[in-house]
Amino acid sequence: MYEFVRGPLALIAFLIFFVGMIYRTIKYIRGLDWQADRVAYTAHFSYGLKGALRSILYWLIPYGTHSWRYYKVFTLIFFTFHVGLLITPIFLLGHNILLKESWGFSLPTLPEAVADTLTVLVIIAGIFMILRRIALPEVRIITTAYDYLILAIALAPFVTGFLAYHQAPTYNFWLIAHILAGEIMLVAIPFTKLSHFILFFLTRAQLGMDYGIKRGGMKGKGLAW
Amino acid sequence: MPEGKLCNKQTVDTKELLSALLNDKSGKQYYEEMNHLDVDSKALWGLIQKSCKSRLRTWLEICAHCGMCADSCFYYLANNRDPRQVPSYKIQSTLGELIRRKGNVDNAFMQMCMDTAYSKCSCCTRCGLYCPFGIDMGIMFGYLRGLLFSQGFTPWEMKIGTGMHRIYRAQMDVTTEDWVETCEWMVEEYEDDWPKLTIPIDEKNADIMYTVNAREPKHYPDDLAEAAVLFHIAGEKWTVPSEGWEETSLAMFAGDWAACKMQVEHVYAAMDRLKPKRMVVTECGHAYRATVIEGPYWAGLKSGQPPVESIHYVEWVAEALRTGKLKIDPAKKIKEPVTYQDSCNYIRNAGLGDIAREIMSYIAEDFREMSPCREHNFCCGGGGGLNGIGRYRQQRNIGLQVKRDQILATGAKMVIAPCHNCWDAIRDMEEIYHIGIKWSFLKPLLLNMVIVPDDLKPKEE
Repeated sequence: MYEFVRGPLALIAFLIFFVGMIYRTIKYIRGLDWQADRVAYTAHFSYGLKGALRSILYWLIPYGTHSWRYYKVFTLIFFTFHVGLLITPIFLLGHNILLKESWGFSLPTLPEAVADTLTVLVIIAGIFMILRRIALPEVRIITTAYDYLILAIALAPFVTGFLAYHQAPTYNFWLIAHILAGEIMLVAIPFTKLSHFILFFLTRAQLGMDYGIKRGGMKGKGLAW
Repeated sequence: MPEGKLCNKQTVDTKELLSALLNDKSGKQYYEEMNHLDVDSKALWGLIQKSCKSRLRTWLEICAHCGMCADSCFYYLANNRDPRQVPSYKIQSTLGELIRRKGNVDNAFMQMCMDTAYSKCSCCTRCGLYCPFGIDMGIMFGYLRGLLFSQGFTPWEMKIGTGMHRIYRAQMDVTTEDWVETCEWMVEEYEDDWPKLTIPIDEKNADIMYTVNAREPKHYPDDLAEAAVLFHIAGEKWTVPSEGWEETSLAMFAGDWAACKMQVEHVYAAMDRLKPKRMVVTECGHAYRATVIEGPYWAGLKSGQPPVESIHYVEWVAEALRTGKLKIDPAKKIKEPVTYQDSCNYIRNAGLGDIAREIMSYIAEDFREMSPCREHNFCCGGGGGLNGIGRYRQQRNIGLQVKRDQILATGAKMVIAPCHNCWDAIRDMEEIYHIGIKWSFLKPLLLNMVIVPDDLKPKEE
């Protein structure tokens, strides 16, 4: 079982993930229409590029935008969740050992204690995000079962990984569960709202181009996000 | 397929139809007919498939339902944080649902969409600045309005407005003769005080082609005269076109994209005919946005720019004050505390925030910013056509409270509002809430403040 999920299944998951993300990217960009969107993307590409980069950059910085500053607590939780979600799996020692075994290369790794802390923080932030959905009426009204499913898909690799790492009884079970959970997440990214993994950058770039080209970017110093 | 006489899927292209609509007081029959209007689901779905592309589809799909748009919306704040006013909820329950059902919706659903698209969103686009994904629900509601228009679900006044643009190329029934006569009349009225004042009509190769909002010739002709006097003092070589002088677009509010195109092409034709160096648009927000910012796209101009450089009146004022074409008498600067209403249409959606501040630095001694301001300012409460729609007066008046509180917090005695919609909204706010505030366009204020060169003054008898 381990050999199967660790070998061919993992390969398939990565393949679906990469091909899916490339497909989503191409599909999004090809579907942009200068006249329908009312943005002269190509006619003023340099202004557009500047607007796109500003739009992405400010939103990647914690408290970098009016919106992030307005929602102080949520912003903290939100960045903790996303930073942990991205950094931990990529720079985890265990993952890089597997990477080296399979494909012959590895990335720098995080100290075990740091990775463990990040994992716990992701789980705590995730629980907070679930509670927030229940507690706040303005979030509850737009929340659907799908939103919880997405959170579950994102959290499952962390919960299972944490249990496996700390050698919970039935270690083998948790290890296989962890690998499967990771593979489910990879496969789910191109097909679900988790596609915002890449579409965040594309939609941000699009609105950035809109502001950079049409809504004042060619006149002033650019929008203060 | 039941279609009303007044409320139907047809556009208003004849004077007979237009006057029938106008004679239907408050749209009583129109809205009654709307209750029986059929939805052509096939046509609706066809239109969606053709026009709803990756930008909108992705916005609808990836919305993470995080609720960060909630507090960005003045309707949400004004309605005691009613969750049904959360922008994401509003768009998902209307446009989102319409697409999920592939256009298979009934009359009640379409009316709910219309009520939401007009009375719960002024298309101010502020929410787009607060969404991490940059999902701009104001843009989506503009798109939804277009879908609704194609099926005949449009507020009565908006249907009339689109008819006006289609028939008169103006939002009101002002003909070329009416317009030219108004220009001549204003010169007669003002020439005793301003010798040699003219409103040059159809002069070719002028430095400025000045264009207006039809309300000015129709109801506020003095605004036109004030513009003429200020150009006169500034020594501008300017003109107005006899045709193509109207900048506004109720068609944009209504989502009648074909009429939008007709309207802006009429203005662009005047540019081609008269070959001015620049065009200046009067103190109106949506007019500027329609003709200068969005118009080129409706007209299919790939540069995204109008045929000649086009600036808003505030840009001309800032430039005239900066270069000394207009000089302010320091003794006459505004002494009382004053604030500035940032119009969504030319501040957030066209980037003129700095220009407004520059003007204030020349004319006001005690300028106070609203909070928030500039691109992040709240809608006046009357944008997106809402000021003109009787059906949603109650909702509009509730929405005004956010602007009211913002103004009160500045302690200002006057609001400068170089936008017709904002100006109207603040006037109505004063009428309803009696906060003791004055409001004004720039033109009358400037006329009281500028130094008039001796040679322009009337000769003493």
